[in-house]
Amino acid sequence: MNAFLMNLLVLIIAAVAAMAWLGINALVWVYCERKFAGHIQRRPGPFEVGPHGVLQPLIDGLKLMGKQLLTPDNADAVLYWLAPLLSMLPVLLLFLPIPYGPVLTGMDVNLGLLLILAFSSFNGLAVILAGWASNNKWGVLGAARAVSQTVAYEIPLLLTVLAISFMTGTLSLTEITAMQEGYIWNWFIFRNPFTFLSFFVFIIAMFGETNRAPFDLAEAESELTAGFHTEYSSMGFGLFFMAEYGYMVVMCSVCSVLFLGGYHGPIPGIDGWWWMLVKTYALLSLMVWARWTYPRVRFDQLLNINWKWLLPLATFNLLAIALIVKL
Amino acid sequence: MGKFKEKVIQPILDSWSLIVGLKITGKYFFKPLITVHYPRQVIDDENLETYGGHVELIGKPKDPATPKCISCMMCVTNCPSKCLTVVKSKPPKLTAAEEEAMKAAEEAGEKVVKPKAPKNPAKFLYDYTLCSLCGTCIDNCPAKSLKFSNNIYWVATSRKEMKIDLLARLKEQATELSAPAPKTEAAPAAAEKEA
Ligand code: SF4
Ligand code: SF4
Repeated sequence: MNAFLMNLLVLIIAAVAAMAWLGINALVWVYCERKFAGHIQRRPGPFEVGPHGVLQPLIDGLKLMGKQLLTPDNADAVLYWLAPLLSMLPVLLLFLPIPYGPVLTGMDVNLGLLLILAFSSFNGLAVILAGWASNNKWGVLGAARAVSQTVAYEIPLLLTVLAISFMTGTLSLTEITAMQEGYIWNWFIFRNPFTFLSFFVFIIAMFGETNRAPFDLAEAESELTAGFHTEYSSMGFGLFFMAEYGYMVVMCSVCSVLFLGGYHGPIPGIDGWWWMLVKTYALLSLMVWARWTYPRVRFDQLLNINWKWLLPLATFNLLAIALIVKL
Repeated sequence: MGKFKEKVIQPILDSWSLIVGLKITGKYFFKPLITVHYPRQVIDDENLETYGGHVELIGKPKDPATPKCISCMMCVTNCPSKCLTVVKSKPPKLTAAEEEAMKAAEEAGEKVVKPKAPKNPAKFLYDYTLCSLCGTCIDNCPAKSLKFSNNIYWVATSRKEMKIDLLARLKEQATELSAPAPKTEAAPAAAEKEA
């Protein structure tokens, strides 16, 4: 019984830490993204609130919270308000199995990878509920598009993840990290050419999964005025927004665990949570960088990229890795 | 084989352009900013030269407070947005004594020259809220009396403020120019007032 209480305590602490981590990351990355965008376009980005505008996201958050919560006429109020919560709450859970360090693992479960993949699919449900319950045609169209995108990109993502778990024979993120200990060539990205390919497929699918530009069609403001969250005001929108950043952080963390050695440094003996942070943030920067570089793709292009390129690639990749493992 | 090349090989080769794109934006990321932090900095005069703000009058070279305008109404007729109003000057009113003298001269058979109206307009009003900055008025002015200003820091909180009297503005400019204060110092001062 004592062990159970102990576990519960750890879990609660981890959940609170995950919440804080998510909040901090959302704030930091909203700011970083705007600064990045600014500098790429050779303007300063946010500058007025606080030194170099560092307090801007905080103020924006306050402003968002100060707004009125509106439910559209004839909307299904229960589903309508359930959607943002459903989008946000699973994200907290997603942080638990990620090993940020030898000790910094919220919940060391055997099926960590499965847990992440399963719960990240909740976002699709949240999006379709939001779109449907809004009683708004842009909402419905946006939701339909968002879901067909999420579902499509989930498949290559799963296939590449499957390839890694074939190689390692486990679904536990902690064990996968442990197998990459040592020098930099022990990282899965450098194991063999196919894992190298997996990495790229994963990255592209990650962009699609998290609705990030150039695949941000779920909220294409020029065609759908915002898509599935058109009707949401105040923190209803805020939760979707936070969830998006949360998923970004989770995906990048998973990517660094699967391919970049998690909390292991490039040479033995210097492991630590900071490596995880560096890798995750490098990947996040890449996402932001790509957003301000590529134009948004058209919807048929988006699906073509996935069904005609990523899926065959991922399948081929999986077969090749299976072959290597078998040999 | 040709189809395979076109549909499979070429797209893969084309993917290189993604890297090129990242390289370009990456390079710009490290370049110095070109935006001006407005209330603290202002744009230098050299860069302002090409800015086309609202329309304004040009003064005579010798008398900068009066415009070159000859009240021909070309600008008013040509403006597609009807934002200019020009009122011609009336001939100066004669005093009673002068009128007497003129009458007397006429009766005596002399040739009398009635005083003509001055060519300069009495009023020159301009509504910036309507102007499309098309430049038609400028191109059509026979006296070359109109130009785009480089008044970049002009903001107003009501429509009324956007209706300006260009003659008054020209006068102001003329006094500003004759004042000893150099132009570069005047700009930040104006900026501060607005901020
Ligand atoms: S710029 Fe065009 S719209 Fe503006 S006052 Fe001149 S003619 Fe009219
Ligand atoms: S066209 Fe030129 S000269 Fe004629 S009224 Fe207009 S400003 Fe004056």
